[in-house]
Amino acid sequence: MKRAARWMGWVMFGALALLPLGCAKKQDSKPVASTGPRVGLVFDVGGRGDQSFNDSAWRGLQKAQAQLGADIANVVEPGEGSDRESALRGLAAKDLDLIFGVGFIFTDDIDRVAGDFPGKHFACIDYALKDGAAVPPNVLALKFKEEEGSFLVGALAAWLSKTHRLGFVGGMDIALIHKFAAGFQAGAKYADPNVNVIVKYAGVTGDAFKNPTKGKELALGMYSEGADIIFHASGATGQGVFEAAKDQKKLAIGVDSDQWRPEYDGVVLTSMIKNVDESVFQAVKAVKAGAWKGGVQELGLKENGVGYVYDAHNHRLIPAEIHDRLEALKARIISGEIKVPKE
Amino acid sequence: MIAPFLSQVLRISVPYLFAALGGTFSERGGTINIALEGILLTSAFAAAVTTYFTHDPWLGLAAAVLAGLLTALLHAVICVTFRADQIVSGIAINLLAAGLTKFLLKEIFGSSSNSPRVEGLPEWHLAGVGGIPVLGDILRSPLLLLAAIGVPVGHFLLYRTPFGLRLRACGEHPEAADALGVSVTRIRYTGILISGAVTALGGAWLALDQHSFTDGMSGGRGYIALAAMIVGKWSPLGAAGGCLLFGAAETLQIRLQGGAVPTQFIQMIPYLLTMVVLAGFIGRAAAPRMSGVPYRKEE
Repeated sequence: MKRAARWMGWVMFGALALLPLGCAKKQDSKPVASTGPRVGLVFDVGGRGDQSFNDSAWRGLQKAQAQLGADIANVVEPGEGSDRESALRGLAAKDLDLIFGVGFIFTDDIDRVAGDFPGKHFACIDYALKDGAAVPPNVLALKFKEEEGSFLVGALAAWLSKTHRLGFVGGMDIALIHKFAAGFQAGAKYADPNVNVIVKYAGVTGDAFKNPTKGKELALGMYSEGADIIFHASGATGQGVFEAAKDQKKLAIGVDSDQWRPEYDGVVLTSMIKNVDESVFQAVKAVKAGAWKGGVQELGLKENGVGYVYDAHNHRLIPAEIHDRLEALKARIISGEIKVPKE
Repeated sequence: MIAPFLSQVLRISVPYLFAALGGTFSERGGTINIALEGILLTSAFAAAVTTYFTHDPWLGLAAAVLAGLLTALLHAVICVTFRADQIVSGIAINLLAAGLTKFLLKEIFGSSSNSPRVEGLPEWHLAGVGGIPVLGDILRSPLLLLAAIGVPVGHFLLYRTPFGLRLRACGEHPEAADALGVSVTRIRYTGILISGAVTALGGAWLALDQHSFTDGMSGGRGYIALAAMIVGKWSPLGAAGGCLLFGAAETLQIRLQGGAVPTQFIQMIPYLLTMVVLAGFIGRAAAPRMSGVPYRKEE
């Protein structure tokens, strides 16, 4: 017995010792050849494969790689909260031309790291502006007028709803996500004053963006209360909203990227897109042209920073007449005739 | 209104039910099983990956059970054979499961956060019962049905069979069991392995009901199941009651939102309830006497 125990101990020790070898081999097999700017990026909570926000940023990088020859080998998917700053710091210490933090949650981390590396350029998607505090000079704050795009999908949902009841599933209960909710509600009320919007959030921490099980239960609850279209702004949590919609044969509206996929055909009514990919690409392009500058950039319907999806996959769900009304509404927001609330 | 509420309670409770039932079998035999959380994670991962490659959710379910057994075996080897501290082993396994699933997810799917969509278990459409509220939901979902059957079967196994008696003896008084010719090591191993296999069904539910694997998708459910087991005084029926209680609290949390009460407060309901119930209402927590103590056979 004792001998067997000692023997097993050695086997386990050996297996553990071999583990890093297996991992190490994989690391350096990535292609490095490139001529363009060297770009680093740290992903947000939902991570790559969220079919949403992070994937959009990733598409922007891939486009930069394809068209600008950018080196995009330095991307990090952090684990828990404290990893974010160290991931940024690790990238800042490398010889990179631009470093992205994807998500509002990087705001404080980027402020700190940018202060410690004044010679490096940073960009933060959804940077949260603070009262009285300026954006550090070497940081580009990329912001979007989510409320404008949400207003449009809210109006669309209200026009198509048979029950006059809509749902909104937010990720984390914070100001950024309130913008989506406010725009959606305002748009829905604009289109149909009698509409009722149920607003719920998946949680109060960053994990609320990666809890699809919770998303599914929230959505099932709303559908059972009579809602027939749900808009989500909750990262990977929204996968659960789509599952619920598929289950209940109801409709859902995607966010950030076009979230239509073959398995959700007829389920995803449209998506409120945030052209994170384009803003990432433009920032890299500016670096390559030597025209990079810090400060705040806010992109709305006018700048094509936000919008909604209307294409071959969903045009049968949206009657042409409704689409025309939506386009007219869009023009009135761009002209400034309609002001969309942020709260 | 009440039927959708109850159905939601049941759905939310499924992973708790399996994990708490699993935990009962391990702890009744004398081994504390904090590794429930890690078992949920590895089995959910195995279910998603296997279903993705074979397109057969039943194979995914089988793979989940296998992964649960292997994870539990690791816990058993460390705790029973090597007599290491059971809490430390459990925590180590949970950390290992979190890291390993993330690492393998990245290796297999190129994302350390999400797997692609996979098929789920088919729903059963039995004539005549599908329309009945709540009961119809149970009969429609294979895993929900299994949970409903598993709890009384587990209770019977533990309190009405020779194996159950031996298992409980190993948790209460291993010396006595040993003196009567029961192999404490073998019985404890069996208890932990049952624990792994049963908990794995909960992990499979997480992945197959969600049609994907998400990094860290167990989300602390293993720990809540552990609390439910303690609330239920280490008996399968009691633990199931605890699970339904927590499931109800979580459903309430989902349903109450959007009213006058702030989200932040409503989010606390399940955790507040856990503390209140643990601290106040269950009376003396009657843990198996020798739970957590490795058994050393006198030679």
